[in-house]
Parts: sequence; C-alpha cells; structure tokens
Amino acid sequence: MNTSHDKKNHGAAPPEESQPHQVISYSRYVLNWLGLLALTCATVTFAGINLGRWIIITALTIASVKSLLVLNLFMHLKFEDRIFRVFVGVAVVTFIIFISLTFFDYAFY
Amino acid sequence: MKPATIAAEPDFYHEKKGLPGIFGWIFSTDHKRIGILYLVTIISFFLVGTTIGVLMRLEMLNPENTIVTAQTYNTFFTLHGIIMIFLVLIPVFPAVFGNFFLPLMIGAKDVFFPRLNLLSWWLFIAGGTLALVSLFLPGGAPDTGWTFYVPYSIRSNTNIIPALMAAFILGFSSILTGLNFITTIHRMRAPGMSWFKMPLFAWSLYATGWVQVLATPVIGITLLLVTIERLFGVGIFDPTLGGDPVLYQHLFWMYSHPAVYIIILPAMGVVSDIIPVFARRTIFGYKFIAYSSIAIASVGSLVWAHHMFTVGMSNTGMFMFSLLTFLVAIPSAIKVFNWVATLYKGSIEPEVPLLFMLAFIVQFSIGGLTGLMLGALSVNIHVTDTYFVVGHFHYVMFGGTGFALFGALHYWFPKMFGRMYNKRPAFYGWLFMTVGFNVLYFPMLIMGYLGMPRRYYHYLPQYELLQRIATVGSWVMVIGILLLLANLIISLKRGKKAPANPWGGKTLEWSVSSPPPTENFHEIPVVSTGPYDYSEYERTVPEAK
Repeated sequence: MNTSHDKKNHGAAPPEESQPHQVISYSRYVLNWLGLLALTCATVTFAGINLGRWIIITALTIASVKSLLVLNLFMHLKFEDRIFRVFVGVAVVTFIIFISLTFFDYAFY
Repeated sequence: MKPATIAAEPDFYHEKKGLPGIFGWIFSTDHKRIGILYLVTIISFFLVGTTIGVLMRLEMLNPENTIVTAQTYNTFFTLHGIIMIFLVLIPVFPAVFGNFFLPLMIGAKDVFFPRLNLLSWWLFIAGGTLALVSLFLPGGAPDTGWTFYVPYSIRSNTNIIPALMAAFILGFSSILTGLNFITTIHRMRAPGMSWFKMPLFAWSLYATGWVQVLATPVIGITLLLVTIERLFGVGIFDPTLGGDPVLYQHLFWMYSHPAVYIIILPAMGVVSDIIPVFARRTIFGYKFIAYSSIAIASVGSLVWAHHMFTVGMSNTGMFMFSLLTFLVAIPSAIKVFNWVATLYKGSIEPEVPLLFMLAFIVQFSIGGLTGLMLGALSVNIHVTDTYFVVGHFHYVMFGGTGFALFGALHYWFPKMFGRMYNKRPAFYGWLFMTVGFNVLYFPMLIMGYLGMPRRYYHYLPQYELLQRIATVGSWVMVIGILLLLANLIISLKRGKKAPANPWGGKTLEWSVSSPPPTENFHEIPVVSTGPYDYSEYERTVPEAK
C-alpha cells in the first residue's frame, strides 16, 4: 500500500456538525406518556379478547405505534440527521424480517 | 513504503501522562493496550475451556464411568460451551485483533470512541467474572448446555440466573465493540483509503459489527425473559405456564446463529490478509471477497431455524430455512475459491501463519460441507443431536476460527510485541495441533453418522475404539497448543527484536515500527494504492500472471 503523509489530524470524513438542541415542552412529554399508558391498556384489553390470528397483528401494530412515539419524541429521532433515521430504519427492517420468518413457522401451522 | 515520521503535532497520550503500573493498562483508552488486555483475558479463558474439554474427552475414554459423575459431565459440557462461545470465540477477533489493528490498518490514531472501547473491556470482565462466580455459588454450576434451552433453564436448580446475566452483560460488551468499529470505519479512514482500498480484515470487521449491533439485543432480551420467568413465574416459554419453548429456540438462535458469523467472518478476514503476504500475490477477487462478507453477514442472519428442524416446525418454515442455509454456502465458497486462486502460481513462503491458514481452508471446508449436510432436511433428521453436529461445529469453530486465531497470533505477534518468535517450535506446535485436531474431531463425524448421541455420559461398546482415538487426538492437540503458547511467551522476553515489516506485508500496520508508537501514526498517511499490491513480484515471475 503506497502512502504519503497528511499533516492534518483527520480521517476521510469531516467531523459531525452539532445539531441545535430541540426543546420539547413538559406538557407534550406528559401527553405522550399518557398515550403510551393508554396503548398499554389497549394491549392488555385486546389480549383478553379472542381475535384469532388477528391478535398478533393487533398487538404488533400497537407495539409499533408505541415504539414510534418513544423513538421520535423521547429519543429525539424526529430532530436528528437523516443518517440516524437510516440506521434506526435498518434495525427496524431487520426486525421485521426476523418476525416475518418466524411466522413461517407459526402462521402456516 | 515510507515509515511514519516524527510528529509535528501534539500527542494526546504523551501530553496526558498515563497512570503507573497495572492502572496504566486497565484504565488505558489506547486501542492497542485494550487489545492486549483482551488477548490476555481471552487466552486465560481459552485455557480453562480447553482444560474442561480435555477432561470431557478423558471421561469418554471408557464406555462406563471414568473420572466424573453424570451431573459433573453435564456441567462440563455447559461450561465448556459458555466459556468457549461467549468468552473466547465471539470476542476474540473483534476484541483482540480488531482493537489492535483496525485503527492501524485504516490509518487512524485510535477507534472513534476510545472510552466506550475501555467500557467494553470492563463489561467483558464483569460478565466473565459473573460466569466464573456462577460455578462456585451454592446451587452448583449450570447444567443446561450453553444454549440454556427451556424448560431445562426454567427448572434446573443450578445457578442459571448468574450465568444468564453473565451472557447478558457480555452481549453489551459485544454491541459496543461492533458500534465502535462501524463508526470508526465510516469516519476515520485515512485520506485516499476508499472502501475498496480497505484491507479485507477491516471489511470483515465491518460486516461483523453490523451483526453484533443488530442480532445481540435479541439474545439480551431473551435471556432477560428467562430470568423473569424463573423469578416471577410469568408464562413466556414454559409450556406448563402457557408459554412456548419453541419460541425460546427461535429467539435464541436468532442471535446464536448470526453469532457463528461474528465468530467466523473476522477469521475469514485474517485468512484474506495473510495469504497474499506469504504467496506474494495480489489477492484474487478482492471485491468478491469484500461483498461476500456482507452477503454472509446478511443471509447468515436469516438461517437460524436450521437448528430446529426436529422440534416440530411447519413444513413451510423448514423449507424456507433449509433453502436459506444452502444460499449461505455460495458466498462462503467464493471466499475459499478466491483464497486458493490467490495461492495458485504464487511465490509461496511456508511460514507458520500461512500453514495455519492452509489448515483453516481444509478444515473450514470440511466444516462447511458437513454444514450443508445438516442443512438438508432428510440428513438433518438422521444426525440431529449426534456427534456429527459436534464434529461439524468444531470443524468450523476450532478448525476455522481457532486455527485462524493461532495463525493471526503468529502473523501479528512481531508487530504487537516487537519480538520475533522461534519458528521451529512454532512449526511443531502447528503440526501437533493440526494432526491432533483431526484425530480428535473426524471420528466424531463418523460416530455421529453411526448414531452416537451428543452430551451422553455413557455410550455403547461399539463406539469405544473411535471414542478412544478421539481422546488420544485431544492429547496430541493440547501438546501442540501448549508448545505454541509457551514458545510465544518465551519469545516475549527472549525473542529477537522484530523489524517494522518482517513478512513483507503491504497493509498500513506494517508501515510503522514494531511495536507501533503510542498514537500509531505521527502523521496521518495518505493512501494511494490497494492493500495487496504485489505486482513487483508478479512482474518478475511471468507465469504468475
């Protein structure tokens, strides 16, 4: 590998630019927290109702909405760079693939 | 290639005086020191795991009792698995060689998050200590097998919770290391080092990093759920409480199969780095090897249920997972063919690191092909839970990663410690280890095919001869391992001083002194050619083209 030397102390990419700090009001946090509690109650309620194979879809939909609330608001993903959203997106897609493949075992039983 | 020149800029580590003695090591954020800390701890765990393995083989010398009771045998195979998988094989390449060499290879002064790197080591120590403590607490060492299958892990009266928590903590260490490497590779490559000028070991660490980050949380939450079930009796996996034990197996293998790729991918990266150096040949099919690492990491993460073909899965599920298993063979074979093609018409120097790589190729191929046999549904049902699985697994894990570990150690030892080792004992160590390994594990493939179940403490007299051959093989292999390690330890003090580039390597770590200076490069290098440019040798040998 041929090399010369660069006197600047940096790598290939420029340093990350800092993002302006976003302020979210307490009332919005509380509202979202109440929303999360309501969705938890919904999960418990639906678990007691016989919805057949729809129960899984219902539970996963509620869980997804809850995750979105936590990610966007409490973890400030909504205000982050696109690259962070892409990284979280990769994790979510992986998760969906894992769940889907698992249901090849259960759904077609 | 020019060596690094004296720094013209402030030097962080030299400006900020390090702590004295042992504290200068255990609180150091220098990636090289952290790599050596991992090396010492992992080799220690490896010796404990090997001792337990040898004792297990000794027990199998006779069809009836030899040295231990049935319960002790259960704890032996559990501990051997937990130690070797979670404390040795998963961390060894990323944590030891990744830490030490990734920044050097990409022309950086350290990893992107040095403090997080130190935290990873501390978490590893915490998890390892907890795993060892679980052996001695009242209740006794875990006896479920390293897989912690439910309902064993729910009902066993041994110290399951400390062992589960140990694996949980070790998982965090692994995630942080993966995260650190992904970020380092994205952000800290030297100017001019494009993705396709990166050494293939760095590529393999990148692919591995993604598996570590994406798959490890699954095992974390699964082990936590087992703990909750044990403590509070919540029905998650235990069928008597309305749980589903097959769901546990799905979740466990969702991590633990990709973990096989965390184990083998960086080892493959090492093979790709070492072969061109000792064949004096530009690597054959660089891009294919790089892409195959990504392909193995992604497709390999989707094949977990091939461990579960006999648990009563749906036919659709079995078809899907069998098909995906066969697909992983394609990128694996691409690597093997490219390595062999690199050797073809090379100016081969049969140094010890290359010998380990050659053993890797043969043994990994046996491990891979027996893996395909296991991926075929009909054969799988015949040989599941037999010694065939144990033989296959060890051919990949030890015949592959274990041999790559010793090869990497002998390749990079001069760079890490600034000393050369004595080549003759190293050669005999390799010879004993290779012969012993094959005498130990090949009979297991035959025994498994004949029906010898795994994890059995007694066996039928018809397996006695093959069991005894395997046990003798374990003794030969251990002689080789001890010879190799003793030679390296002696060389730390008595070895000749190593030059900067004793093997004629072309990657950036060989452009700095041995051992490397504190901050690796006094001036960041600017890269203009690929990492395996041996065109000057190839020009002198017309046939090599």
